[in-house]
Amino acid sequence: MFSTGRPLFSASLRRAARPLARQAALRPTPFLTVFQQRLLSDHTRQAIEKAVSSAPVVLFMKGTPETPQCGFSRASIQILSLQGVNPAKFAAFNVLEDEELRSGIKEFSDWPTIPQLYLDKEFVGGCDILVSMHQDGSLAKLLEEKGVLAPLDGPSNS
Amino acid sequence: MASETPMEDAIRTKVTEALSPSRLEIFNDSHKHAHHKPMQGSTSGETHFRVVITSEAFRSKMQPARHRLVYGLLRDEMAADGGIHALQLRTMTPEEEERQKAKEEAEKA
Repeated sequence: MFSTGRPLFSASLRRAARPLARQAALRPTPFLTVFQQRLLSDHTRQAIEKAVSSAPVVLFMKGTPETPQCGFSRASIQILSLQGVNPAKFAAFNVLEDEELRSGIKEFSDWPTIPQLYLDKEFVGGCDILVSMHQDGSLAKLLEEKGVLAPLDGPSNS
Repeated sequence: MASETPMEDAIRTKVTEALSPSRLEIFNDSHKHAHHKPMQGSTSGETHFRVVITSEAFRSKMQPARHRLVYGLLRDEMAADGGIHALQLRTMTPEEEERQKAKEEAEKA
């Protein structure tokens, strides 16, 4: 699991829950070299593409799912949890850990704010879009179609 | 005298000019977030906004495209140091607003 082939950013729920120092130590390639606002380097783009495809459901957020550092990130996590997204199919990336990710994802998605949700590598939206899709039922439909919900019978123990 | 609400003014002017909204409501929620860590040292009272826009310009556009349209209009305000930190958006077409109203009425009844 700790091969160099894994995503540059700390990925899974479980990994996001670890203390920051430990995460940084586990990260094979330090991801904090160049600060670029407008020009996304190939390196950044590739790292973000990897992050986006690291799970069917990917949330770029401030803080971790357990301790969100922003109310909008918290609301997004709560919605995904209410919807019953399977933790095994979910990855969260903490942009506060990494300035290059924080600025890079904004340009990558052409979206100026965090959180950002991706589903099957496709940008879905930010917190307001999640909330309105949650309310009108379209999020439940989409998540079910994509097959990313936890099985209903029995608790998931992943 | 300079406006005391330059950000709100900018939102109103730019959205009105570009989208000719039939409804435009701007709420300044900055006071609710003033204690947040990223706001430390910020002297601006205009960091968090909630904006409701109803416009024909949103027709046949999905929500992300609508939000991008508005973000694009306010690019400078959002990029500026001490500028807009958070922008909550509700974007509807006139028909969607009507449907929403009808739904709310039905729920009240």
